[in-house]
Amino acid sequence: ELLLSSPQMQRWPVVLFLAWVCLLFFAGIGLFMSGFLLTRIELASSSSCSDPLVPPPWERQSLPPGSCWAPQRFSKAVLIIIDALHFEFARFDPAKVSPLPYENKLGVLYQLATSQPRHARLYRFRADPPTATMQRIKGLTTGSLPTFIDVGSNFASYAIQEDNLLAQLVQNGRRVVFMGDDTWEGLFPKKFFRSYFFPSFNVKDLHTVDDGILQHLYPTVDSGEWDVLIAHFLGVDHCGHKHGPDHPEMAKKLTQMNEMLRSLVDHLGNDTLLLVAGDHGMTETGDHGGDSEKEVNAALFVYSRTPLFGSGPPEEPETIPQVNLVPTVALLLGVPIPYSNIGEVMAELFSGDGDTVSAALQQLSVYHINAKQVDRFLQSYSLVAQDLPAEQLQHLQELFSSAVEEHTQLLAQVQGTMLVPPELESRLGGLIGRFQRYLREARAVCTQSWARFHPLRMVGGCILIASSCLLCYMASELAASSHSFYRSCLLYPLLWGLVGAALLGLAHVFTQEGLDLLLVSSWAAAASQLGFFWHWWGQHPKRTRLAGSQPPLASGGPRQRLRAWLGLAFPMGILFFRCGAMFSDSFVVAEARVTPFLLASLVMLLVGKLHWDGRLTVPEGPKQQLLGFSSYRREIWYLLCLVAMLLVCVRLSSFFHQCREEIPQCRPSVFLSPLASLRSTRAKNLFYLLCVALLAGLVYAVQSWLRHYGNLNSSDPLVLFVRWGFPLVVLCIACYWAVASSADDSLGKLQELVQVAVIVFPWAVYGLASVGLLLLLCNPMTVFAKDTRESAGSIVTPYLGVPSSEVDFLHVIPQIYKRMQESQKNRLERGSCRATVAAYGLGSVYSAALVIALTLLGFLLMLLHSERLSFAFLLLFMEAFVLLHIHTPVAGLLMPPFSVPWYAVISWILAASQFFYSTGHQPIFPAIHWNAAFVGFHLDHSTNFLPAVLVGANTFASHILFAVGCPLLLLWPFVCEMSSSQKKKPKKESREELQEVEEHMMEMRLRESPEKFSTALLRLGLKYLFVLGAQLLACVCAAMILRRHLMVWKVFAPKFLFESLGFVVSSICLLLGISLVMRVDCAVSTWFSQLRLR
Amino acid sequence: MREAEIRRLLAANLLCAVSIILAALVPAFFLDGFSVLGTHLTWLCVCSVCVATLNIILHLVLKPSQSPKRSSFAHKISRFLKCCIYFFMSCILFHAIIVLYGAPLIESVTETFLFAVLLSTFTTLQCLCLLGPNVQAWIRVFSKNGAMSIWESSLQITTVCSILGAWFGAFPIPLDWDRPWQVWPISCSLGATFGYMAGLIIAPLWIHWNRKQLTYKSR
Repeated sequence: ELLLSSPQMQRWPVVLFLAWVCLLFFAGIGLFMSGFLLTRIELASSSSCSDPLVPPPWERQSLPPGSCWAPQRFSKAVLIIIDALHFEFARFDPAKVSPLPYENKLGVLYQLATSQPRHARLYRFRADPPTATMQRIKGLTTGSLPTFIDVGSNFASYAIQEDNLLAQLVQNGRRVVFMGDDTWEGLFPKKFFRSYFFPSFNVKDLHTVDDGILQHLYPTVDSGEWDVLIAHFLGVDHCGHKHGPDHPEMAKKLTQMNEMLRSLVDHLGNDTLLLVAGDHGMTETGDHGGDSEKEVNAALFVYSRTPLFGSGPPEEPETIPQVNLVPTVALLLGVPIPYSNIGEVMAELFSGDGDTVSAALQQLSVYHINAKQVDRFLQSYSLVAQDLPAEQLQHLQELFSSAVEEHTQLLAQVQGTMLVPPELESRLGGLIGRFQRYLREARAVCTQSWARFHPLRMVGGCILIASSCLLCYMASELAASSHSFYRSCLLYPLLWGLVGAALLGLAHVFTQEGLDLLLVSSWAAAASQLGFFWHWWGQHPKRTRLAGSQPPLASGGPRQRLRAWLGLAFPMGILFFRCGAMFSDSFVVAEARVTPFLLASLVMLLVGKLHWDGRLTVPEGPKQQLLGFSSYRREIWYLLCLVAMLLVCVRLSSFFHQCREEIPQCRPSVFLSPLASLRSTRAKNLFYLLCVALLAGLVYAVQSWLRHYGNLNSSDPLVLFVRWGFPLVVLCIACYWAVASSADDSLGKLQELVQVAVIVFPWAVYGLASVGLLLLLCNPMTVFAKDTRESAGSIVTPYLGVPSSEVDFLHVIPQIYKRMQESQKNRLERGSCRATVAAYGLGSVYSAALVIALTLLGFLLMLLHSERLSFAFLLLFMEAFVLLHIHTPVAGLLMPPFSVPWYAVISWILAASQFFYSTGHQPIFPAIHWNAAFVGFHLDHSTNFLPAVLVGANTFASHILFAVGCPLLLLWPFVCEMSSSQKKKPKKESREELQEVEEHMMEMRLRESPEKFSTALLRLGLKYLFVLGAQLLACVCAAMILRRHLMVWKVFAPKFLFESLGFVVSSICLLLGISLVMRVDCAVSTWFSQLRLR
Repeated sequence: MREAEIRRLLAANLLCAVSIILAALVPAFFLDGFSVLGTHLTWLCVCSVCVATLNIILHLVLKPSQSPKRSSFAHKISRFLKCCIYFFMSCILFHAIIVLYGAPLIESVTETFLFAVLLSTFTTLQCLCLLGPNVQAWIRVFSKNGAMSIWESSLQITTVCSILGAWFGAFPIPLDWDRPWQVWPISCSLGATFGYMAGLIIAPLWIHWNRKQLTYKSR
């Protein structure tokens, strides 16, 4: 029995190694994210007047009309928000001799507070981080702590979905008038009775918003057609950003605010409450966004013409959290407290004019309402999310129920007049204290989990990612295929990690603490990294001695080493620029233009450098030397044409860009809108035909490529699928586009049919594509073997029985080739066809599988995008093709085979991020193509999983395609080996026959040396991960270092999120691509063994 | 001999650098409201013309490339015409490359083209002066060990510096500083100019310091 199998390459260790490295990165990302991204779940419920938590009936009967939950104290309110009104700006110290520009400017507040101490009071108003205006407006209206990601029902708009003060006011029939910052327009669409919005974007513009408000403020106040008036001034904030607080402009701006307040007070009526608030403070440089003392320290001023307070002001202004404003204003105006509020009422505003007991009773009732509302919120929140710790919730629950119990008892006693004032007073005071304690502890629990960065975790995540990058780099330099390498660099580190995790688990068992999975996994990752570095260090001296015969960088003179290092410096320099660009908000905003610039520069530099090094010229002959010329390889024109094509592709792809709001003059590409939105029928038809022609062209191109390499001859199911299934997929997509872009009303009776077709066609594409991918997995061989041997004996190898060593293995494949070559020769000589095995398409079997997979994925992703973006996909495929073809001759000139140079990997990744933008995406949430979730669905998703996958695939389309196609960088030079050497040959023989001549082994060269092949794949994967990881590291560091930056929540944090998600998608797709190559290799092995057995 | 030649090179390069500075300052006396940033197009023209004339004059005076045989008048004319065509083609090529690098396609075509002319003046014109319309020789000069005289080394350095300067000049464009010089193509043309001037000064110094290592193949 011949049980010979061909020499095996190490498949599992390679995949495992890459998966392990990916997991290390994931642990770092997870750790960083848990420290940086504050998340919270938005509840959809809202409070209403008839909620059962209102006070007992006897108290309710006394509610005046128009009041909910508590008696209304003011019928009108004016809320003046002065953006970035720091507490120091509002404080007035008459003793100051030479005040700074921002000091002692708001004199009117001081005058009111001193002349009418029971009417006016100044507070320190503590903002919760993140101290960005939008988050603060959310906080000031919902009474909650907005985080960066408020997981709600709708990501697509910024509109506040949660219950909020404005919604309550509108629901209860109050007229709300707004003027100022147009951020409110996005947050509260169509909520205002009347509104005057002014653009907030230009930070350099100090006056537009303020002057606009001043123009409308007094007429509106005097007209009386409002119940609540909100004016949001931006000048102070913009002045801070432009000049900083310590600047004469700030003095002017604050003086203007002072005048505004002075005349506003004169316009107010007796039933009006005036609130002047800053939404956050500012640092010495005028920035805000973080959680430093200066940023969170804002000011609040309360005033009314009727007495508000029972007593005079305290010595030092009281500090109150910002969320406290929401329940206070709600109850003062007689509307329900918003559902998600966690603020505590400012009780002193409810004391009224009566004696101490009635004041205390009044305060107690508002505390009671407040506490019940907070308790209701905490209970419903803990039902949907687990981020609040259970034992603390339990503790809060106990506090609440005991306080409520005592409250009922006390009220009963008051009813029965069983208590005399002194005792009553103390008991009332005690009870108020207990409610206060409950409310404060509840808020503290929420703050802890929603509004605090964890610097330690952030730094830890950063370090993990950085060391993973280092690991990738070192492993990509050192990777070898020996067992000892995998043992010391994979197995032992994995064991280290497991031991670390187990130790942590044990520690947790002993200390009885809750097990944080994220922490455990990151400790395990750190331990396994330590293991890697430890074993690497132990191996290092041995390795250099061993590798003395074939050193890549180790030996050679210092000059040579310097040269090798310089060669590395040029692609790494481009990568360095790319990473550096992540640290500037302007560059992140302009990244859509930065990446193509860098890609073009990288390729141009590459060609320039090759020329400079004289690699493009052939060695000079004596005759040419005489003339002083150097003649050129023929490739140079080919190479220059390719570079020109690449530049054109890069430039054309910029016509598909989406816009960001930071660049106001930008117009989004017309290709982004679906065809259905086109008015003109002619244009629609034209574009439709173009798109379909493009799809057909793509199929034709792929098929003819496969035919050229002989991969389209066999009658395997996969090949049949490529022949007939691909056109069918295109037909389905074309039908879907036709149905989706047709005008809805023109179809009349066909309407129902269209409704069905819109669902059916995408599903047909999904089905066909998955059938294709399954076929690819089951039998990825696209080889057509023509066996014309007379008997099996003609190719019998000299090795009978089980091979004794690896050396024997290595002989088998060449043996077959030799045989094939001999028979070929025989045939050519004698013109007979005896004893040959003609294998059509064996030389490109790996690439063919990848190309088929990429085409299928491309169809799927095109289906998820709007029709005309298929042009962008065409450009993507062309650019990838051109890049591979540039890489092929260059790789032949530069490097030994079996190694992919850095510049190729970096240009591949640059192209991937370039096409992220060129398929109409931007790293911001409003730019996500949500429509993708409904391709093949009718607005009825039962789970969140499917839409997430669809939208994710749409967003990271280019990442997916380029990552899956990454192994092509290694394979392409081998595939193109034929076409370059073919030119020299006379074209007498047909192409298919040529392929099996031994000189044209193409990808079978890889099989010939399986160890080199697996090492090369591993190195390629590691290099890819290193470059991706370096970009990710830059993003992470930028987000961490610039977390106080003005733009952190608008630019850096979304960029970080998109980059890390992109990393996860890319790395998984990279693994899939490499696994596909491994699968093909398995299939090739079985094919060979079958061939031998026959 | 070589020391003297280096000194001549230094003098020529310094003259060029001074002419660029003068091109930025002198026209303000003749033209109302002239400034490099405000009337950028005018400056681009003036600078290109200045550098071009000076280079041609210097070339005629210094004759760094001794042509071995005397040629006929007709030959000279055809050579000159060829030079003009080459220069124009290089302007078009630079324009195309700049657009491919991301410059606006239709808006501010004049600016882009004049910037291309400036770049051609800094690079192609010098090649034409020194090497003539001979692409093979150009290709030879721009490869390692390709320079055959200090003039050619200087050409290498100034050309590379100008292009690098233009490349780095694109960096500040996306920043949100709202400065007048961030407008296309001012930062790039300024970058190219500064790069060229830096190249002019670096070249003689670098040649001086490396004069031991520099061994030019004699023809």
